[in-house]
Amino acid sequence: MISLDEVRTDVNVDNEPAIILAGDYLNKITGEKIERECRKYLDQGIRELIVDFSQTEIVNSIGVSILLGVIDSASGAGARVVFSDVNEDTVELFETLGVTKHVTLQN
Amino acid sequence: MFENKHALIHTFGALADLGQAVTDKNNFQETIKTSLHLISGALAIMRGGVARYSRYAHELNMVAARGLGDDFPLSLTLCFEDERQFLANGLYPIEVREAKALPFFQVYDPSLESTKIELFVPLVIQSEIVGALLLGEKASGLPYSSYDKEIICAMARHIGVAISQRNLLAEIARQSEENRQLYESLRHTYRDTVQAFAAAIDCKDKYTEGHSVRVGKYSEIIATELGWSDEEIEGAAVAGYLHDVGKLTVERKIINAPYRIDAKESAELNKHPAVGFEILTPIHHPYADVPLAAKYHHERLDGRGYPDGLHDSEIPYIAKIVTLADSFDAMTTDRPYKRRRPANEVFEDLQGNSGKQFAPELVTAFFKGILKELAGESKDKKFRKLLGREYMESEGLARVVQSGVNNLAPTSGLTAIAAK
Repeated sequence: MISLDEVRTDVNVDNEPAIILAGDYLNKITGEKIERECRKYLDQGIRELIVDFSQTEIVNSIGVSILLGVIDSASGAGARVVFSDVNEDTVELFETLGVTKHVTLQN
Repeated sequence: MFENKHALIHTFGALADLGQAVTDKNNFQETIKTSLHLISGALAIMRGGVARYSRYAHELNMVAARGLGDDFPLSLTLCFEDERQFLANGLYPIEVREAKALPFFQVYDPSLESTKIELFVPLVIQSEIVGALLLGEKASGLPYSSYDKEIICAMARHIGVAISQRNLLAEIARQSEENRQLYESLRHTYRDTVQAFAAAIDCKDKYTEGHSVRVGKYSEIIATELGWSDEEIEGAAVAGYLHDVGKLTVERKIINAPYRIDAKESAELNKHPAVGFEILTPIHHPYADVPLAAKYHHERLDGRGYPDGLHDSEIPYIAKIVTLADSFDAMTTDRPYKRRRPANEVFEDLQGNSGKQFAPELVTAFFKGILKELAGESKDKKFRKLLGREYMESEGLARVVQSGVNNLAPTSGLTAIAAK
């Protein structure tokens, strides 16, 4: 699993899905780092991004915006985005907003 | 319409966060970027941008963008018709596909089309265009509902106010800078005028040519050594430049007398401090003490000066500075009836008269100023320029000045008695 603090640009993740821990920082402007890391993995050839929500209680508007940025980048690169361990309330929110149309949910 | 409470809370949370974000006046760029995140995230809008309008250039300049790509123009020009229509429209979102008649949407159609921009929101605050929002398709793929547009409208108002406030602050900063430059220019003009005036005063006395300017410069040195602010130092210099302005009314033959003047002539000459005060008082100087320096620059700490025979603490501080500068210049320049005195003798005289004629702390400050220059610690060599190289290289001068610094009392005896 790759958390923001552990991410290294030189990590060899050949064709492995990159797992990104959403955590709490997703809901702040500093969460843009998630987007940058995802773009880096996509540039390295990764074609599956797994965003792990196991430590994310709620997702606010900034969080949604950042996730849409990840989705947009992945879509441009022909990659798949998986949201894992999303809690029920957040799933409901993502469905209402139409975010789930662009990702695969996985528990 | 939102289908569940989570979505409703999500949207109102975004509105609340936006209200807080726009109050941050420290980082405008960050505020606008956060605002774009909040509006995009509130309604799950895939891409968009916020532009700030320059009414001078008639351009919308992108401040923040998400998902618009590198090819999207950073500046979008509005023509008069666009401005007119956007002003009339106000903050309400415009459907791009329904507004193609406007020149703006015709010119930028390829960029708007390729980035799937669906809504254009002119940010109109107090009948002025301050910017615009460009919003792409929603993640749901559904068209924007009227409820969505109301939310966008509310959020756009917040962003518009933030930009408007920024513009206002920028305008205040611009005007403040303009005022500062104007003030600087006025100060320069004032100082140039004062220096010209000082030169005019000195012209009357062919033997003391440059006296007022030198007294101004010595006063400046003393004020600098006292650690005064730049403005206070300038005030001291001006007081020095103008201290003898009253001499303009004294007959030239008295001023230029190549002999020691008699009692009658002396009485005439001694009127110049009071006359100087009268001349300078009606002028609105940036420095309040300038007229006082003219009036009291012949007073002594021991009360034996003129015109009022004031004692130490009764004499304005600025006058004490000018007194020292004036006397030093008188002793170090040739007069019609007297050659200038040797440097060592002058500094010994200053030390000897410290506490009687001169304020000791000012003599100390003055000595320290010249010591720095003798030790090569000051770059501008003010004393050398005023006194000449040969004079400054008088044998034993540094020793005499250093001895003076060591022996001078911190305050005058008279002050000490007054304090008791």
